[in-house]
Amino acid sequence: MKTTLKSIVIFAALLATSVSLFAGSGSAEQGDEKEFDAVKVIMHHIADAHEFHILDYVDDQGVEHPVSLPLPVILLTDGHLDVFMSSAFDHGHADVVRGNRTYRLDHGHITELSGLHPIDFSITKNVFSMFLSLIIILSIFISVGRTYRKGNVIPRGLASFMEPLVLFVRDDIAIPNIGKKADKFLPYLLTVFFFIWINNLIGLVPFFPGSANLTGNISFTVTLALITFLITNLNGNKDYWKHIFATPGVPVWLAPIMIPVEVMGILAKPIALLIRLFANITAGHIIILSLISLIFIFKSVAIAPVSVGFVLFMNVLELLVAAIQAYIFTLLSALFIGMAVEEHDHH
Amino acid sequence: MDLITPQIGLIFWTTLSFLILMFLLKKFAWSPILGAVETRESSIKDALEAAENARNEMATLKADNDRVLKEARAERDEMLKEARDMKATIVSEAKNSAKEEADKLIASAKSVIENEKAAAISELKSSVGALSVEIAEKVLKAELKDADKQNAYISEMLKDVKLN
Repeated sequence: MKTTLKSIVIFAALLATSVSLFAGSGSAEQGDEKEFDAVKVIMHHIADAHEFHILDYVDDQGVEHPVSLPLPVILLTDGHLDVFMSSAFDHGHADVVRGNRTYRLDHGHITELSGLHPIDFSITKNVFSMFLSLIIILSIFISVGRTYRKGNVIPRGLASFMEPLVLFVRDDIAIPNIGKKADKFLPYLLTVFFFIWINNLIGLVPFFPGSANLTGNISFTVTLALITFLITNLNGNKDYWKHIFATPGVPVWLAPIMIPVEVMGILAKPIALLIRLFANITAGHIIILSLISLIFIFKSVAIAPVSVGFVLFMNVLELLVAAIQAYIFTLLSALFIGMAVEEHDHH
Repeated sequence: MDLITPQIGLIFWTTLSFLILMFLLKKFAWSPILGAVETRESSIKDALEAAENARNEMATLKADNDRVLKEARAERDEMLKEARDMKATIVSEAKNSAKEEADKLIASAKSVIENEKAAAISELKSSVGALSVEIAEKVLKAELKDADKQNAYISEMLKDVKLN
């Protein structure tokens, strides 16, 4: 729900413009000054950024001023660690020089002009959003955890709300799929469930500090899927590997076919995980932004109630999707882990 | 393509954040929460078991009570029956002995009466005999004042003797 502020501000500005139209002042050509490019706007909001864009305003001279939160840029170039605030780029209008290295911000990417390849460890919008989620999650759960200290076993306040969710992960995700060994993997499953869910929800907040498309970012989903992949395969027991390299009941001469297929199966599981989360969340953001963009494409306030209605519907749907995707990611992780650690009956 | 190209920076920060989050949550949230839940579950289980035991005990106690009550009732009935039997026996025995006693009394009374009667009869007989002799004597004395009459009588008597 990445109805970013920018869209809202444009929407509000357009609304004001139309109102002034009714008042009789002719500022109609203002809308024609700049062609509205929905794809550019949407892609900009879906992508990561080195600054947290909050809003734009237009001053008396008609110059647009972006208002954004500068974020730290951390670059590792040729053994040098360069750290500076993204405001140094002046929204891409200025180059930053550090020693013999000159950096330029080009459409969200930092390039080094002399041909070096900087590794970008910047605190981007998504990283910022993730840190925010860490603070939220930790403050929720450490306070919940404290409720249970000193031998108190009765949930109270926030704990009585969070405990059923924790138990849901334990009783409906971990135990049915993993069985007796569920306790070992429960901390991972619980963490991944709440991490994805809270980040999905933060992404749905349409204005600062929400709206980042973190859980719809391929890097994020790749990382989590990789962790599930590692946990699954590092805990795979003898039966699991035997099924891959010597599937019982399959003739040996089929092994050259079976082994690549099974190895593909191992890789397909995390890939399915990462694509599902990435595609679902990104699609949600794109749909909502597209619906908002309709107002600007049609250049009509009349379309606003329709757009707002649809966006409201999509927001509610996305609220559901946020929880469902967290659930599915956790469920499939539990399923994959369960398949790897399961004690097989010998055929 | 940007959309589906993973970036090392975000991967690095995500990994770091996630691992720190998992470590902190495990230490400060999951362990206490799950520990408390397990404690609660086991205490609920214990409480339920205790309740079940208490209920069983109650049932046993009640069964015992019922059994004792039943036994007491049976004993009472037994005692009442015995008492009733005893009463009947005593009454019938008393009746019998009374009857016997009465019979004995009646029998002895009868024999006394019989004896008395016999005695009375024999006394009467002897009295009547003596009286008769006396009367006969007196009659004879009066009759046999003269000798003729005596002879006549003796002869008459002798006639009788001959008849005998």
